[in-house]
Amino acid sequence: MTVHAPEEEVELQEAGPLEPRGGDLVYRHRLSTRIWHWLNALTVFVLLMSGLMIFNAHPRLYWGEYGANRDYAWLQIGGDRERGYLRLGSLEIPTTGVLGHWTDSDGRLQTRAFPGWATLPGRYDLAGARSWHFLFAWLLVGPGLLYWLWSFLNRHIQRDLAPRREELAPRHIWRDLRNHARLRFPTGPAARNYNILQKASYLGVLFVLLPLIVLTGLTMSPGMNAAWPWLLDLFGGRQSARSLHFIAAMLILAFIVVHLVMVVLAGPINEIRSMITGRYRLPKEKA
Amino acid sequence: MIERITRRRMIASLGAGAGGLLLSGCDRIGRSAAFQSVQSSAQDLTMGMQRLVIDRTALAREYSAADMSPFFRTNGNSMPRSAAYQAHLVSRFADWRLVVDGLVNRPLALSLERIRRLPARAQITRHDCVEGWSAIGKWTGVPLRLLLQGAGLRPEAHYIVFHCADDFRGTPYYESIDLVDAFHPQTILAWGMNDRLLEVGHGAPLRLRVELQLGYKHAKYVMRIEAVESLAEVGRGKGGYWEDVAGYQWYAGI
Repeated sequence: MTVHAPEEEVELQEAGPLEPRGGDLVYRHRLSTRIWHWLNALTVFVLLMSGLMIFNAHPRLYWGEYGANRDYAWLQIGGDRERGYLRLGSLEIPTTGVLGHWTDSDGRLQTRAFPGWATLPGRYDLAGARSWHFLFAWLLVGPGLLYWLWSFLNRHIQRDLAPRREELAPRHIWRDLRNHARLRFPTGPAARNYNILQKASYLGVLFVLLPLIVLTGLTMSPGMNAAWPWLLDLFGGRQSARSLHFIAAMLILAFIVVHLVMVVLAGPINEIRSMITGRYRLPKEKA
Repeated sequence: MIERITRRRMIASLGAGAGGLLLSGCDRIGRSAAFQSVQSSAQDLTMGMQRLVIDRTALAREYSAADMSPFFRTNGNSMPRSAAYQAHLVSRFADWRLVVDGLVNRPLALSLERIRRLPARAQITRHDCVEGWSAIGKWTGVPLRLLLQGAGLRPEAHYIVFHCADDFRGTPYYESIDLVDAFHPQTILAWGMNDRLLEVGHGAPLRLRVELQLGYKHAKYVMRIEAVESLAEVGRGKGGYWEDVAGYQWYAGI
C-alpha cells in the first residue's frame, strides 16, 4: 500500500488527468466550422464590396415603402468638385477625400459615394456589382443553412455557443467586459471555451445579423414581394428593408474589424492555425 | 516615433497594395468568360427559384391612395427625340397606332382611343428602380394578355418584345418579357397615371407595367409589341437595351 503525497492528491482532484493546461494543444474548431469560416471570409467581402457599389447607384436611404430623390433621406452620401459629405439626419460630416469626393487610381476626381478601393467592381458598374452580389448571396445562404443545421445536429451551438446560466449574470458580463477592455484574455483551461462576449457576438451574427441581412435583401426583390408579402410588413416597407440591409452590413463589417483586432491581440499565428488545422494552443497561465 | 510611423505607413501601403491586387484580380475575374457563365448560371438559379416560390397568380402589393409618393420622378429618357414621335405629340397621338405583330395569327394596329376603350385595370403599385429608389403611383391601362389573346399568339411564341420610340445614342429602346409575366394579371399597358393621362416624361402614350420586376423592364413609349420565339433574334441577343449594352440581368425580379 502506497501513500500519496498530499500535493499529488490535490492535483489529481483539481486538474484531473484529462484537463489540458496552458501550453497544451487542444482541438478547438471542427471541420464544418473551419470550411464555413474561410468560405465566408471570401463571400462576405465580395458581398460587402459589391453591395457598396450597388449603394453607389443611389447613395440615399429612406424609411417606409417608397423613397426617391425628392423624399427625405435619413442617410445620404454626396459630393461635388469641392467636397464630399455624409449627411445623417440634420448632421453633416465632411468626408472629402474618402466618401463623395475622392481620386481614382488614374488620378481622376470622382464624386460617387464609396471609393473604388472599397467597391466591386472598382469602377462604377451597377450591373456587374449585381452579378457578383447575387452569385455570392447564394454562397452565403446555401452553406449558411447547412452550417446552421449541422451545428445544431453536432451540438456545436448548444454546447459551445449557448450561454450558461451563470454567464448571464450581470456581474459576470461586467467582469468580462472589464477584462476585454484591459486586454486581459483568459488563459489555461479557461481559454478552451468561448467567453460570454464571444458567445454573444457569434450568436448575434449567426441568428440576428445573417437572417436580417438575407431577409431584408429578399424584401428588396419585387418578385419575392409577390411571393412573400409578409416580408414587407415585417420590415415596414421596401425602403426600410434597404436601410436595414445597409445597417446590418455595417454591423457585420464592424464585427469583422473587432474580430480581426482580437485575433491580432490574442496571438494571430495560434488563432489562424486553429482555424486551419483546428488545433489551438491554450495560452499559458500567468505566473 | 519616426520608426513607428514609417512602419505603420509601410503596413498601410502593403495593405493598400494587396487590396489593389485583390481588386484588380476580382475585376479581371469578373470580366472573364468562364466567370460570366458562372454568374449567368447563378442568375438562372435565382430566376428558377423565384418562379418556383412565386405563385402564377401572386400579385405585387397594391397600395391605397394615401400611400402614394408625393412626387414620382422620371427615369431613363423623358422626351423621345425622333421626328415621328414629335409629330405624334403635335397631333396628340391621333394618327399613332400600337402594332401587335410577330408570331401572332391576327396582327393588330390599334389607335390610342381604341386602347382606352378596352377593359382597363387600375393599380396603385410600387415602382422599384434597379438603382435602389422606389416610388408609388397609380397606373391605369389594358392588361397585356387581352391584346395578346386578341392577336392570337402562335404556339411557338415564347417572348414578348416591346419596341419603343425613345433612343439612347441612336439605338431605340427595347425590352422583353416571357409569357409568365406577359399573362400576369397586373401586367398592363398603362395610358393613365395618377388619374390623369400618362405624361410624356413617364412614357406617353403607352408604357408597360410589369410589376414583379424592376423599373428598366417597364418599357416607356411603346410603339410595337412583337411576339418572338427566341431572344437571340432581338437586339444583340440578351433581350433588352440595358441587357445588351451594359450587362444588366434579363430577369429583373430581384
